[in-house]
Amino acid sequence: MSTTASTAPEAAASDRAGASRRQGTFYRGDPGMWSWVLHRITGVLTFFFLFVHVLDTALVRVSPNTYDQVIETYKTPIVNLLEVGLVGAVLFHALNGIRVMLVDFWSKGPKLQKAMLWVIGVVWVVVMVPGAFFMLKRTVETLFGGN
Amino acid sequence: MADLALANPRAPKRPAARRSNFELYSWLFMRISGLILVILVLGHLLIMNILDGGVHRINWGFVAGRWASPFWQFWDLAMLWLAEIHGGNGLRTIIDDYARKDSTRFWLKILLYVSMVLILAVGTMVIFTFDPNMPAN
Repeated sequence: MSTTASTAPEAAASDRAGASRRQGTFYRGDPGMWSWVLHRITGVLTFFFLFVHVLDTALVRVSPNTYDQVIETYKTPIVNLLEVGLVGAVLFHALNGIRVMLVDFWSKGPKLQKAMLWVIGVVWVVVMVPGAFFMLKRTVETLFGGN
Repeated sequence: MADLALANPRAPKRPAARRSNFELYSWLFMRISGLILVILVLGHLLIMNILDGGVHRINWGFVAGRWASPFWQFWDLAMLWLAEIHGGNGLRTIIDDYARKDSTRFWLKILLYVSMVLILAVGTMVIFTFDPNMPAN
């Protein structure tokens, strides 16, 4: 439903001009918009994790046993998988942050912003494949290996 | 009359003395801290999660071994402050973007700033007062 006060002839004219008749106001931008959305989401998730992580590390001041007990949860299969997600989120945020800086400060940055997005996508996969392998190796071995 | 109406139509509404460059410095801080955090945080994640058994080798003794070195103490302290302020500033922007009511915006920011002070205080205190000779219980 349109919120503008356009008259029927005007609407017909815009239809004739090939304007979209899609409902709603959702902006379907180019990949740059999705990198911006992902940058926000990964940033917020990382910030919330930082809150938890500083508090769990603070347990080293309570007692070695307390700290060791809590840190054991980081070694369980599900949390271990979440850590891969965290590393993936932080890595994207870092790579895309470098891309944002290149767009801001490098004369060719704005022109190459989309190309740089594909480059960071490739770098992300190239780092995450071995990264996830080493992070999950022990968990997979314990779950499915042996016995 | 027309003269008066057209005189300097884009003049800032706020007097010059009250305008500040805070948002400019905040924008610049995000980029400078971001660049340093790329090294500090990715290095931290590589050491803690990927190399040499990753998270499975971490325990109290491991932390004690690392903080025996002033280098890693300083690394963690710099990472704590830069990450908390970088992330807090990012969240401040997000609150400004999405909070619809001034009161919501106000209280979310109070919550954010209180959590930032808490995390910075607790984190800094822990790095500086860690006792490697603490008994197990």
